[in-house]
Order: sequence, then structure tokens, then C-alpha cells
Amino acid sequence: MSVLSELILIAIGSAIVNNVVLSQFLGICPFLGVSKKTETAAGMGGAVVFVITIASFVTALIYKFILANTYLQKKGIDLTYLQTIVFILVIAALVQFVEMFLKKSMPSLYQSLGVYLPLITTNCAVLGVALTNVTKEYDILESVVNGFATAVGFLIAIVIMAGLREKIEYNDIPKPFQGTAIVLITACLMSIAFMGFSGMI
Amino acid sequence: MNKNVERLYNGIIKENPTFVLMLGMCPTLAVTSSAMNGLGMGLSTTVVLVFANLLISLFRKVIPNGVRMPAFIVIVASLVTMVQFLMNAYTPDLSKSLGVYIPLIVVNCIILGRAESYASKNPVVPSIFDGIGMGLGFTLGLTCIGLVREILGAGQLFGYQVLSLDWFTPITIFVMAPGAFLVLAVLVVCMNLVRAKMDAKGKPLAAPSGCLTGDCASCGQSALCTGKTQAVSSDQKTE
Repeated sequence: MSVLSELILIAIGSAIVNNVVLSQFLGICPFLGVSKKTETAAGMGGAVVFVITIASFVTALIYKFILANTYLQKKGIDLTYLQTIVFILVIAALVQFVEMFLKKSMPSLYQSLGVYLPLITTNCAVLGVALTNVTKEYDILESVVNGFATAVGFLIAIVIMAGLREKIEYNDIPKPFQGTAIVLITACLMSIAFMGFSGMI
Repeated sequence: MNKNVERLYNGIIKENPTFVLMLGMCPTLAVTSSAMNGLGMGLSTTVVLVFANLLISLFRKVIPNGVRMPAFIVIVASLVTMVQFLMNAYTPDLSKSLGVYIPLIVVNCIILGRAESYASKNPVVPSIFDGIGMGLGFTLGLTCIGLVREILGAGQLFGYQVLSLDWFTPITIFVMAPGAFLVLAVLVVCMNLVRAKMDAKGKPLAAPSGCLTGDCASCGQSALCTGKTQAVSSDQKTE
């Protein structure tokens, strides 16, 4: 039971309280770039959930069994310093692989997520989550849960933002504020709202 | 020599990555809660950028075109790892407050962007100066944003109390997450005004590229995207 409650705490913590976009500033690019319409935003969010969950699983496996291998460490070989290089290469290769796999075997899913996959290859949120999992010393299950929850946090933020932007379209905004500026102000207000969750855990 | 000075001028002023091109927004928002953090982040990015430009320019004729992106990423990631360990050893406080954002220099769009658009096409010396110029431009941007946030949010400059707390109530929100978005929004508004003025004068500024415009074509990682981003953004434009 305590394992389960710990996992739930991790999930709520990274999905809502420490929202990946609004309080950690990871994945700002797609958050600002692909949030003009709710459908595209949801597609992007879905693809991010997919990729980050798989990527946290794979990087956690690689870290545990190759980089921080106890057998090697007993022999005095510590490979953990390679984490940044290995993780970024693994993530880049993984995204390409997932894309090819989806194209071949699940064309319908590829239709809805495919376009967004290459966009995420070097999205800082993916690498950020993989590195956070290592820093916080999460085991494999906790890493997957943390990755999934972080990505769900991204999905929530980008869909809300897209919904707001669709409404903003109809408003009369002063010229210098049009475009990115008003989006950033909206993000600021959303971030203040999300700060309200900080007492939850 | 003239060309090198031109590269410096280009990076710091004409195509300043923070103010004009609006690149590298994740670190810009995340680490500017104080001027010192901004300066530290800017300088460490500069070091990576200069050496990455140097190495990529040296090897530009050896690296096959088809695998250039992975090759660039390996070079940048190795440099970032070295910088990370140096900072851990010599500036432990700074490295603690920058945290995960140091390894994330790897995916900073300025670095791969410069590698792709400049260093992989130009000789070594101008590439180094391009790296120095762009890096200092980025450092300048981060430090300025950090200064504004620190003085409004804590009344301090580089950690020294300059506004006495007797009469000044710090607006704490500026050193927290929402403040980052707000300060950047104000910056974008200012730049829009400057841009309009320069357009009227007939001397238009370089267009912003990268994340904020929603146009990923120039972010340096576009080679990994194989141009599909164009499809997404043009979809949005037509609708």
C-alpha cells in the first residue's frame, strides 16, 4: 500500500504541482508553437505522453543495467558520467524507431500522432525527465510513473493554453501585445493558478 | 580580422539570440531568477558554444552529411558533460542552483542552430568568433532579464541588497515561475515596439526565429524533423 501511495504522490507531484511547463519551463517550444488549436495541441500532448513514457522506461533500464551496473562498479568502472550523452542519443534513436514502428504496424495511430513525433526528438522535456529520474534516484517503476505523469501535466497545460488561445483570437488586443506577448501573459496567469496546487503535497 | 569583429557584433547586437532571435527560451525562463544565475548559465553556454563551433568547424569536411546531426549531438553532449563536471568541482553553489538545466544545454536550440547554420559551413576562426559573439549575446540577455527579476523580486543586485527593505516590499512573484513569463512578455512587447520603429525607419531587425514564432524551421533540430514541422505549421496557417 505504501508503494502505491508513494507512486500516486509522485504522479500528482509531477503532473500538477510541479507542472513541467508552467513551473519547470521544459518544453516551452511546443507549448508556444503548437497551441493554436485544441486538436493540434491534444495531438502534440498525446505524442509527448507516448514518447516520454517509453523514453523514461528505456533510459531507466539503461541507467540501471548498463551505466550504474553493480558488477562493473565493483570492478571500479563507473559509467554514470556518460548519462547525458547516452540519454540524448537513445531518445533520438527511440523516437525515430517509434515513428517507423507506428507507420508500419499502426497506421491509424500514426495518422494522429505521427506528424508530432519528430518534433519531440530533442524536446528538452524528454531529456529533462530522464535526467530528473536519475537525480531523484527513482527505480524503474517510479521512473515510468514520473515520466507518464510529467507528460500528462504537459498535455493538460497545452490543451488549456490552446483553448484559451482560441478565445483570445476574438479579442481586441493592442498591436504590440499581439502574438507571442499575449500568449506569455496567459502562461503567466496559468502559472499563478497552478501555484495554488503547491500546498497539495 | 574585420570579419571576426563583424561576427562578434552580429552575435551581441544585430542578431542577439535573446532579444532579436528569441532562441533558447527554456533556459531564459528557467534560470533568470537572479542575475548571478543568468550570468553563470550564459557563460557556461558560451563555453560549450565556442568549443562546439570550433570542433564542428574543424571536422566539417570529415563528417558525412547524412549523420551530421547525431555527430553534432555527440560533440555537444561531451562538451556539456565536461562543463558540468568542471562546474560541480569549482562552482558547486552555482551548479546546484542551475541543476538539471546544465545538462539540458545539449538541447539548447542556439547551439545546434549555430552548428547547423554557421560552423558546419565556415572556417575555424570565424566560427570561434561566431560562438563567442552569440554566447556573449545570450549571456547579456540572460543577465539583463535576471537583473530585472532580481531587483523587483528581492531588491537585490547580484545578491547585494540595493533597495532597503525598510521602504521596499519585494514583489516576490518576480523571482517565482509566473514572473519569468511576465518579464519575457514585457520584453517581447518592447521588442515589438522597437521592431515597428525600425521598420518605419527602413532598417528592419532580423526576424525572430525558433520556438516563439511557432516556426521550427530555424531551430537547428529541423534536420531531425525532416521538415515535417513545416507541414504542421502551414496546416495551422491555412485553417
